[in-house]
Amino acid sequence: MSTADDNEREVHGQETDADGGGHDSGTTVREGGGFVLLFFIIGFAASLVVGWLIFPNLLYSQKKQPFDFNHALHMGEVDNGCESCHFFREDGTYSGVPKLAQCVACHEDVQGDTQDETIFVEKYVSKKREVPWRVYSRQPDCVFFSHAAHVKMAKMDCVTCHGHIGESTSLPVYEENRLTGYSRDIEGHHLENLLCLKKNTADRMKMDDCAECHLEKTGRKTSVQTEKDGCFVCHK
Amino acid sequence: MKQEQEKPKKFGMVIDLDKCTGCGACMVACMAENNVPFKENETNKLDSITWMRVYKLTNNKPFPMTEVCYLPRPCQHCEGLHTGHSPCVSVCPATATDYDMETGIVSQIYTRCFGCRYCMGACPYHARYFNWWDPVWPEGMEKMLSPNVSPRMRGVVEKCSFCFHRYQAAKDKAFYKETRAIAEDDYQTACTQACPAGAITFGDLDNKDHAVYKKKQDPNAFRLLERLGTNTKVYYLSRKEWVRKAGDNYLPGEGLQKPRRIHE
Repeated sequence: MSTADDNEREVHGQETDADGGGHDSGTTVREGGGFVLLFFIIGFAASLVVGWLIFPNLLYSQKKQPFDFNHALHMGEVDNGCESCHFFREDGTYSGVPKLAQCVACHEDVQGDTQDETIFVEKYVSKKREVPWRVYSRQPDCVFFSHAAHVKMAKMDCVTCHGHIGESTSLPVYEENRLTGYSRDIEGHHLENLLCLKKNTADRMKMDDCAECHLEKTGRKTSVQTEKDGCFVCHK
Repeated sequence: MKQEQEKPKKFGMVIDLDKCTGCGACMVACMAENNVPFKENETNKLDSITWMRVYKLTNNKPFPMTEVCYLPRPCQHCEGLHTGHSPCVSVCPATATDYDMETGIVSQIYTRCFGCRYCMGACPYHARYFNWWDPVWPEGMEKMLSPNVSPRMRGVVEKCSFCFHRYQAAKDKAFYKETRAIAEDDYQTACTQACPAGAITFGDLDNKDHAVYKKKQDPNAFRLLERLGTNTKVYYLSRKEWVRKAGDNYLPGEGLQKPRRIHE
């Protein structure tokens, strides 16, 4: 950065020589111009640091789950993959995060010797309290998301939107947006949003991302206002 | 990979005014189903919210020729004279209200609405309502709200959605069986099911197998303010000519007119 700035000053110096008269005052003004550029570069770099590193840390608070969960371990125990625990009900609704009743069959007593297991059994199972999981994919109140439409009709994999959570041995940190209260995980990471670095569906899931995929996959343009999929397809 | 296109539907209602007793069960069912807020004092009807509203009509004749008719009025889900040119949709600057060509339903997205109320001015049926206050539920009642309908906040407009969340649920049920076919019974509005007189019929106006398809062709069928060209999806039936005439504005001495039908 400093070398670029030095070059800049030299160029300005040559220009003042060619000018001839008004030497002193001209040089100070042009050197001042070099400083302006220097400050601009410093300020620009500083605002990038603030915008990409400091602000996201201010915006998102890191929260822990009540206790850790090993998806990979459980995948080895069940026969039907994700749908063993995250299943559809008869009426087409989706069960989402399992309730305590589903876990109790195996976890009535402490299994293994991890601390998380002890917390689970002592704090929740024995007291018959539901685990207050923080759900990464929780949607705002106005959103209607149909798992049946995506999984049963469009034959999409769980991995497409939820990533490889099924193979993970521990839960990721829950980063909560302090303003909205929703998880950063499904909103997408700040830097990717700014640079449009979206590679997978799971990277970012804003309304425009839903609409984009709907237009691409269904080709429906039934909304009179937007010429995309209708509003009531995903809203309620 | 483009999915097969479904045949567009046109959900609508036929309300038999000769059967309606004005009991108001449809209004109650609608309020409960759709988390419609209410105030402690509802005497000022100008700012109360009623997605479904029963109006009382009279023939203005002295006793003993006086006759009364009750007219339930949900959102009429206007299609307009060309594709989806409904009065409210065409004025909305926020894209908060929209006409879906797939269902024929006029949607309202509350989080999108910023409360300019142009749509309320444009609606000839007074079917749209403004939330002047945040909803205040009596103690414990917030636990009884339906999770399938998002509650509204102060400063947004709301209206009847033909219980669209029930269509979403019906679709989910069909998708689970890996089909797209939705039976007539699977999607019915709350007011239709609540009406003890069976005055309201709901279904796909374009589907020959649905009851509404035949009923809308009844010679006694009419729609409200038909001559405006709103092309609504709520039909009314009445054998009384004065009722049919009350559905539109007529000059003195002008005879009952049958405007061009678009849904036939």
